Amino acid sequence: MSRTLSRLLQLPSIAVLLVWMLVPLSMTLYFSFRKYHLLRPHIQSWAGFKNYQNFIFARKGKGWVWELEFLDFLNVQWLTDLAIATPFATSFVTVIGNTLLLVGSVLFITVVFGLAISVLVNREFAGRGIVRVMLISPFFIMPAVNAIIWKNMMFDPIYGLINVIWTMFGAEPVPWLELYPLQGIITMVAWQWTPFAILIFMTSLQSEDREQHEAARLDGANFIQIFLLLTLPHLARAIAVVILIQMIFHLGVFAEILISTKGGPGSASATLTYEIYKKALEGFNYGLAAAGGVLAIILANLVSIFLVRFVGDNLAE
Amino acid sequence: MTYLARKKILEFIAVTFCWIVAFLVFFPIIWMFMTSFKTEGGAVSLPPSAVPLPGFAVEAIQGSNLPGWLGWLKTAVFEPTFGSYQTVFEREGYFKFLTNSLIVSVGSTLLAMTIAIPSAYAMAFAGGPGTKGILLWMLSTKMLPAVGVLMPIYLIAQTLKLLDTHLLLIIIYALMNLPIIMLILYNFFKEIPREILEAGRIDGATTWDELRRIVLPLAWGGLASTGLLSIVLAWNEAFWSVLLTTTKAAPLTTFIAGYTAPEGLFWAKVSAASTLAVAPIVVFGWLTQRQLVQGLTFGAVK
Repeated sequence: MSRTLSRLLQLPSIAVLLVWMLVPLSMTLYFSFRKYHLLRPHIQSWAGFKNYQNFIFARKGKGWVWELEFLDFLNVQWLTDLAIATPFATSFVTVIGNTLLLVGSVLFITVVFGLAISVLVNREFAGRGIVRVMLISPFFIMPAVNAIIWKNMMFDPIYGLINVIWTMFGAEPVPWLELYPLQGIITMVAWQWTPFAILIFMTSLQSEDREQHEAARLDGANFIQIFLLLTLPHLARAIAVVILIQMIFHLGVFAEILISTKGGPGSASATLTYEIYKKALEGFNYGLAAAGGVLAIILANLVSIFLVRFVGDNLAE
Repeated sequence: MTYLARKKILEFIAVTFCWIVAFLVFFPIIWMFMTSFKTEGGAVSLPPSAVPLPGFAVEAIQGSNLPGWLGWLKTAVFEPTFGSYQTVFEREGYFKFLTNSLIVSVGSTLLAMTIAIPSAYAMAFAGGPGTKGILLWMLSTKMLPAVGVLMPIYLIAQTLKLLDTHLLLIIIYALMNLPIIMLILYNFFKEIPREILEAGRIDGATTWDELRRIVLPLAWGGLASTGLLSIVLAWNEAFWSVLLTTTKAAPLTTFIAGYTAPEGLFWAKVSAASTLAVAPIVVFGWLTQRQLVQGLTFGAVK
């Protein structure tokens, strides 16, 4: 194939992605410096950095009071102090924190559980196919349904199964999603993505050298040593792939939050994605939302630089 | 105890654990499925009923004088009903949403594959030193948070009169999945030995022949895996569909998101709707799991 032909064939995919990236991006950048409020359409002017300032620092209105109340209610004094001491809007601090916490916790949970379960299931037994099908099923459940199942049938303060079991032991019923909204969402996302980790680890485990295991066992290595020194290194690449792919998806978690907690109370369970959505569609403030969008893009880029640096080599050779 | 006997017992415990873990992971889905067959009252009864039995058996149990230690059975049994499904089918227009989901997920997959196959092919067999960089750049566009470009896309769609159309979702989903598709296809194409292509070239095959007669048949499994994954991702996508469609082109995700009213939630009906929304793709996933897994690993894990 000639070089020209090769370039020609590559052109369409590169071109559409470039347009897909650049056009909306430049428009968002433009809006983020404009005053653009749906309820005040007659005001059309430049805003300078006002929108950014408001997104990052603003501390007025119901939201600010709400968040302080929520922190009070959680009784975490240092968080309240921090919120008051820093010049940032609590929503901004919480939202960035929530985003990183969500991605970090889900990665940790899925990798740990994924490793444990895939090593456990990696053996011959009758019904292995059924176990496998059951284990991977949550991955195919759409996030909206995932949220509905957990919000109603699991976390509901009265009829939810967790509380039914909880009260069976004589404990008081707990409104889980109100007290631990972010943890609730982390549970939902982790439930959906642990199967993904299991799948990839299981695939990778199948190519592991079993004879090496036997040899190690004969030499007196115990289970933990074999796992740490043989299995884990073998899975290194699979773990990198699991982390990279999940990061791509978790920075944009949306439906779970929309359906279960709507980001509340206050911004307690809102991620950056959800907060911007709220500002744009509930607050009608496009300029402000655009500024948030630019910040989200910057955050995503920071994360992706890190990723490409450390784990990107595992994906394309 | 001999070494072998101990090993057998350990193995038995491990297998038991496998089943317990699998059951726990799968349980929320079972519970949703079961709830969808209850009446609205039965769905929120306490303690929850969990044993579906035919009507006469339920009556017999509830009418009989059970000994004290079996008393719990009376509330644990319920008679399955299709009432909620009937409501979802008749009043909520399920099939329209199902059709939209099918059109959008298959359409976007076809569009993305059409763009991706020639490009990935060129990159895999005639790529320059920058190819890897281009691929990682593509993947990084996937990380741009959709919400960052929500308003521009909305405004563009509005200007072009594309809001609430299949075409809009097809284009967006195709672009959304294109980087992933490119990367997976590239990894699959890479595995085809170059010698085969060279042999073909010596026999006078043109580039088109090469792609059609050699590369595509050899990478067929990879193509299938990629396409399947793309369909699953498009089927479950809920950000763009919820925000850009209302009625005409609304897929099942929008349909489900409509069930989120905080008050007056009807569990049985919601469960029936949810079951119907996920059933096609879950069954599809079960049937194609071997292929799908290959795609999911991006061809990067052997």
